[in-house]
Amino acid sequence: MQAIQETQPGRPADASATRLEVKDLNAYYGKHLAVKGVNMQFEPGAITALIGPSGCGKSTLLRCLNRMHEVIPHAHVEGEVLLDGQNLYEPGVDPTDTRRRIGMVFQRPNPFPTMTIMDNVLAGVRLAGKPPGDATLEEISEKSLRRAALWDEVKDKLHKAGTSLSGGQQQRLCIARALAVDPEVLLMDEPASALDPISTVKIEELMRELRGAYTIIIVTHNMQQAARCSDYTGFMLAGEAATGELVEFDTTSKMFTTPKEKRTEDYITGRFG
Amino acid sequence: MDFLKSPGFRKFWNAFMIIIAALCAIVCGVVLAVVVTFVISKGYKALNLDFFTKLPLPVGMTGGGVANAIVGSLEIVLMASVISVPVGVLAGIYLALFGRGHLAANVRFFSDVLTGMPSIAIGVFAYSLVVIPTGHFSAHSAAVALAVIMLPIVVRTTEEAVRLVPGVIREGALALGIPAWKATLLVTVPVARAGIVTGALLAVARVAGESAPLLFTAFGSQYWSKGLSSPTAALPLVIFQYAISPYPDWQQLAWGCALVLVALVFALNLTARLAFSGRVSAN
Amino acid sequence: MSQESAEVISATAGASARAARTRISPAGDRIFMFLLYASAWFVLAIVAALFLVLLQRSWPAIQTIGLGVFTQLWDPGGGHFGVLTFIYGTIVTSAIALLIAGPVGIGAALFLAELAPKRLATPVAMLIELLAAVPSVVYGIWGLFVLVPVIRMYIGPALQHTFGFLPLFQGPIYGVGMLAGGLILSIMVVPTVAAISRDVFEAVPNDQREGMLALGSTKWEMMTKAVLPYARSGVVGALVLGLGRALGEAMAVVMVIGNKPQIVASLFQPAYTMASVPANEFSEATGKVYISALIEVGLLLFIVSLLVNISARLLVWNASGRGRR
Repeated sequence: MQAIQETQPGRPADASATRLEVKDLNAYYGKHLAVKGVNMQFEPGAITALIGPSGCGKSTLLRCLNRMHEVIPHAHVEGEVLLDGQNLYEPGVDPTDTRRRIGMVFQRPNPFPTMTIMDNVLAGVRLAGKPPGDATLEEISEKSLRRAALWDEVKDKLHKAGTSLSGGQQQRLCIARALAVDPEVLLMDEPASALDPISTVKIEELMRELRGAYTIIIVTHNMQQAARCSDYTGFMLAGEAATGELVEFDTTSKMFTTPKEKRTEDYITGRFG
Repeated sequence: MDFLKSPGFRKFWNAFMIIIAALCAIVCGVVLAVVVTFVISKGYKALNLDFFTKLPLPVGMTGGGVANAIVGSLEIVLMASVISVPVGVLAGIYLALFGRGHLAANVRFFSDVLTGMPSIAIGVFAYSLVVIPTGHFSAHSAAVALAVIMLPIVVRTTEEAVRLVPGVIREGALALGIPAWKATLLVTVPVARAGIVTGALLAVARVAGESAPLLFTAFGSQYWSKGLSSPTAALPLVIFQYAISPYPDWQQLAWGCALVLVALVFALNLTARLAFSGRVSAN
Repeated sequence: MSQESAEVISATAGASARAARTRISPAGDRIFMFLLYASAWFVLAIVAALFLVLLQRSWPAIQTIGLGVFTQLWDPGGGHFGVLTFIYGTIVTSAIALLIAGPVGIGAALFLAELAPKRLATPVAMLIELLAAVPSVVYGIWGLFVLVPVIRMYIGPALQHTFGFLPLFQGPIYGVGMLAGGLILSIMVVPTVAAISRDVFEAVPNDQREGMLALGSTKWEMMTKAVLPYARSGVVGALVLGLGRALGEAMAVVMVIGNKPQIVASLFQPAYTMASVPANEFSEATGKVYISALIEVGLLLFIVSLLVNISARLLVWNASGRGRR
């Protein structure tokens, strides 16, 4: 927490860590402009939360960061997303490379139904063609499951179906799956919204443990969750023609105590949204 | 008129017409039962070891079998599957995952239209396309005809099956940095496997009984086929050629073939449908 | 900042040079997308090829016969290739099939979609699907050995006795003939009509039914005044699709219709249909024009079926929302 209080938002604390930066980003669904003019710098190793009412474009923005937005037919992106200074949207950049470096966890747990727990964890390593390095597949799966705080619960049934787990366990399995390809950034799209309170607490604890090792960006519609877990918070709001904009972006403590924007204050104090 | 609008008559008419509608459904079942009963009662007498292992005998000699037709049918249907299933599955994947534009709408539409094309016309097509240029009847040309009949069935059932796979599964794979082709073929498609297999089985069931397109492609034969490019016997052809013959022995063999064919087609259909419905309810 | 990023870019230049040039894609993905599109186009190409190949191979006949194809006389030995008798046979047998299969199929579909509890509807629907799965040649052998004698001994005499004043039911009863063809076709068409009508009925929104029931209608009135009108175009589509199946069926018909090119009123008389001509004569045909004429019959059948199926699909698609997906 110290590092955060000493630095201004957007100024990297550790220049050697992976920096993710967004410049003048517009996201479209066909002709509809869904997100407009976003500029942000994400603190390496910190947890950044994106909050805002539903339809404000926070998930869309998140999906732009690892080029998952363009997976939707007719969706496209303008502007730049820089990972260590490399624009991910430059021609010649392979989106699969990007996604290996920037992992993603989805709103609903989506373990691959035909695969065992272990195969799920190793899916990225096996299918994305990422060389496993010196570690054996068993070592990778154990390490990832341990980091996702799931190892103790599944170590005796690694060859059971991934879908046999509870919802909360499935979500941690998906986190383990994302960690197994050793990403630098982890995107989480409302990772706890489909889960019960106890599983939610576990996911939040997990995020705190991963903090520092990964740059984490989480989308949430739960303000308390953002206040509890994140170091930085960005507030988004849909304006005219349902086009989302980044209203304010600052440390979480400032956002929730002394927001600069009236609209942020209104949202945080529950006056709309 | 008043009588027709009276509550009593309306109630009677309601009950009467409901019974008629139920009878319509029952009639379908009865017809099926009658046809199947005849096929079994006339066909089972022909079934013995010789039926499955021997060649047909000339007129006047009792006994003999249709082993060549069984093998021929298997060959032809297998070849047709090898042609149509890969293409059909790929086209179905295209429709399910990327099928939003004009091309997709046309492919869907003409797949359905192709499903309704007379098999005899498709047989004439295969004759014109393969038999005329090569100069002889062959198992190849029969496989081409059957493949054309199978293709639209495989396309549409694959589309339905792949569409049932939640998009987040595929997105989960893409988000790991897995290339789209692997995410599709190794993650999405295995989830839809049961549905795709169902489609392929239904297509096989449909063409296994087709005889019209074989008449002037496979042509039929009394002997073991000399290869895939020679005239080949097939079960449906034997039924036709022997049923219209004047010899009771041959007619007997035709009924036997009909029984085998019906059993095969029903087994394929039931397997496909039960396997798939189990899958859907499990999800 | 810009200098910094320039450095980073040059540092990762090796990595990006390794990657593919366009935005969407490693090479594997481009090959995969190519295969997907190629397969989709292949389906369209097949339909086009059907037409073009049939046209090409029937060209010698079209040149030789010309409009002579639309005459009555079919005498391959004498060089006459008129198909009107086949068209007549096709129309009559298909009409018989639809007259029987239409009401029965729609009735069965109403029963399955509106009346039967799901536990009953599912197995009955399965039976109807099996009815559709029986190979046509099996219907043919059954028709030849069971239905034809039954017509000769029971159905035919009974019809003649009752309706003998109509030209349709006069003359000697052979058993084989248009009536047998029509009856066999009706069995084969029922599953098509029933299955598609059922889909269409199930696509009717429930508020239509509830609105009618709330007016105090009986269940039957609800079906005839709410469900059927709403599903009208889809049901017509199902019937047209059934027609498509009837007029294209070759094997079952060829075995029971008698295969005689003539136009007569009596349903007890043998006749010939478009689909059964190639089935019956192809293997014996000799001579370029004869074979080409048979292919032309196939071409005509293809065109008619294409038109019938296109109109049916348009009706059914709009009714069940299938195409919009």
